[in-house]
Amino acid sequence: MPNTETYNDQVVRLFLLGAAVWGVVGMAIGVYLAAELAWPMLNFDVSWLSFGRLRPDHTFGVIFAFGGSALMGTCYYVVQRTGHTRLALPRLANFTFWGWQLVIVLAMVTMPLGITQGKEYAEPEWFIDLLVAVVWVSFGVVFFATLARRRIRHIYVANWYYGAFIIAVALLHIVNNLAVPVSMFKSYTVYSGSVDAMVQWWYGHNAVAFFLTAGFLGMMYYFVPRQAQQPLWSYRFSIVNFWALISVYMWAGSHHLLYTALPDWVQSIGTAFSLILLMPSWGSAANGLLTFNGSWHRVKTDPAAKFMVLALVFYAASTFEGSMMAIKTVNSLSHYTDWTIAHVHSGSIGWVAMITIGSLYAMAPRALGQPAMYSHRAMELHFWMHTAGLLLYVVAMWAAGVAEGLMWRATNADGSLTYAFIDSLIAIKPFYVIRWFGGVLVLAGMVVMAWNLWHTAADARAHLIKPIPVPIPDPVAHQVPAPLPALA
Amino acid sequence: MARGGYRYFEAIEKNAGLLAVLTAIMVSIGGLAEITPIFIQANKVVPAAGVKPYDALRLAGKDIYVREGCYLCHSQMIRALRAETQRYGPYSIASDSVYDRPFQWGSKRTGPDLARIGGKYSDDWQRLHLKDPRAVVPESNMPGYPWLSKTMVDPSEVEQKMRTLRFLGDPYTDADIAGARAAVSGHTEIGALVAYLQGLGVETPATPISGEAPDSDQGKSP
Repeated sequence: MPNTETYNDQVVRLFLLGAAVWGVVGMAIGVYLAAELAWPMLNFDVSWLSFGRLRPDHTFGVIFAFGGSALMGTCYYVVQRTGHTRLALPRLANFTFWGWQLVIVLAMVTMPLGITQGKEYAEPEWFIDLLVAVVWVSFGVVFFATLARRRIRHIYVANWYYGAFIIAVALLHIVNNLAVPVSMFKSYTVYSGSVDAMVQWWYGHNAVAFFLTAGFLGMMYYFVPRQAQQPLWSYRFSIVNFWALISVYMWAGSHHLLYTALPDWVQSIGTAFSLILLMPSWGSAANGLLTFNGSWHRVKTDPAAKFMVLALVFYAASTFEGSMMAIKTVNSLSHYTDWTIAHVHSGSIGWVAMITIGSLYAMAPRALGQPAMYSHRAMELHFWMHTAGLLLYVVAMWAAGVAEGLMWRATNADGSLTYAFIDSLIAIKPFYVIRWFGGVLVLAGMVVMAWNLWHTAADARAHLIKPIPVPIPDPVAHQVPAPLPALA
Repeated sequence: MARGGYRYFEAIEKNAGLLAVLTAIMVSIGGLAEITPIFIQANKVVPAAGVKPYDALRLAGKDIYVREGCYLCHSQMIRALRAETQRYGPYSIASDSVYDRPFQWGSKRTGPDLARIGGKYSDDWQRLHLKDPRAVVPESNMPGYPWLSKTMVDPSEVEQKMRTLRFLGDPYTDADIAGARAAVSGHTEIGALVAYLQGLGVETPATPISGEAPDSDQGKSP
């Protein structure tokens, strides 16, 4: 029987386009917000441009629009390749793309207009939340239906992480967004005060755990061995880390609320589990890095591998930092300061953005029917711009955060406070300018990537791409479930 | 053992449904263990003496505070640390925020904490500062909010909000709701926001004596 089944890369290409566009948009908004903090006249007394209204557009834009598009696109790519099967339910898969883009546009238009739930990283109002739930469940259905029709019995570990990402994000989204509408554009959360605080940071922390970690680890576990041209350093270690990571992360959210009015026992549990969390985090990072053993020479010549290696280094660094910041004595200094901002961005520009960019550079030529990306030098340029911008950003914010923390607690010999609040703001303003410049470099690198992808996609735009046939393995004797016949 | 034990594990690796169910169980444990007891505990938290649901004007002001994203740069949570109680007043307790939907503890202080800002500045100072922060604090990087003086509070919406909050359990009386329209009509948004700010922390009696934190060995100034 001739093999007529091909991979569905059409929807993958759509998400690739989405990731490139939203990456530039989300980071451009971030750069503008950084400029507003350094030069407040840029708020222009215009409501929808003011920092408080615009910041959710940056966080939503980079996490859910850029990150979400990259995750869904690579997930569809990986689940097909590791299962040797075509994506199930192609119409529903297309709906997840257009539905997700609608969610993004609705959220990013309504939030600056002041239509917000006012919960960090969960700002979109109730009617958008409902749409998110519908799209997300559809995404889960497409993913698990594709797993169900796989031809390789063993489910490759990357899919475990993608699966956990889908299940946990659905759970988090629904629980945290339970609300009673007042009108079309206003609702009140069912939780109040300290319960709302606990639910919100259980959500906020695990959005990091499952959206920004588990999902991107799925990406890592497929594209790092692919790019290193080596098998994973230890497959069993990746499985151990999987169960440890998904179960431990969920306990650690209360470390966002140390020394607050949250019951003390919950704070202590948060600290304890945050320290335990270092083990699966470093385990995953080590597994990825050691996979390059024997092919480190690739890092010299392959920009995608460069991005991946530095992503893993920053993953290890920012998870170590996160565990340390969950210790009460450290947190008493770091919390509420720009140190938090440094930590978030070493995780997001370092780990999340770099593993995404590396994976997109690895996936894009294959999904776009090209032997390689259009410009190798543009990828090199992007790597150095991104790295320089990242370092400027996090070093500036570390310095600012520690300065704030120390100035807020400094006392004179007679016990009175040394500094007024405004003194700390004056002290860190130069760092806000450096941070802005670091952001400009990262953004410019993203523009270079978008340009490079545009040219790599020339054949796709001219509809010249031939679909890639699925390599269908010979059936194993007595295979359960029986292999599916090739589809037309 | 290695081989025998692994056989069961292999079943998970080859069964997507089983993998999904086990994953769902593993991710649920932590949240259930932490949130359920807090839920039960929260029902026992009695509002501090004097803490009442927001009156109509302050409720409108609180929602403007949320709409403008003030919580992104201002916390309302004085931590139990000496330097904090010295700067901002007695540390915050759970019963201070029982009527906050959503909670306003914040995560970042680009500006100072506001948990007990009420009464520290005059109404006129607050209005001027909101319109043009650099007119009163030249080094500030806060945005100006001139549009708040031009917009009126919508009386019908406030009434609807109070009904929804009562549905969620906040103890508003029929009289509170009946009087809501009259209480807010004719007020600008800046008036409502200033009323909210001026009420922050003033109704709570200073629970901890002289603002000394219980954990004062932690994070003390050098």
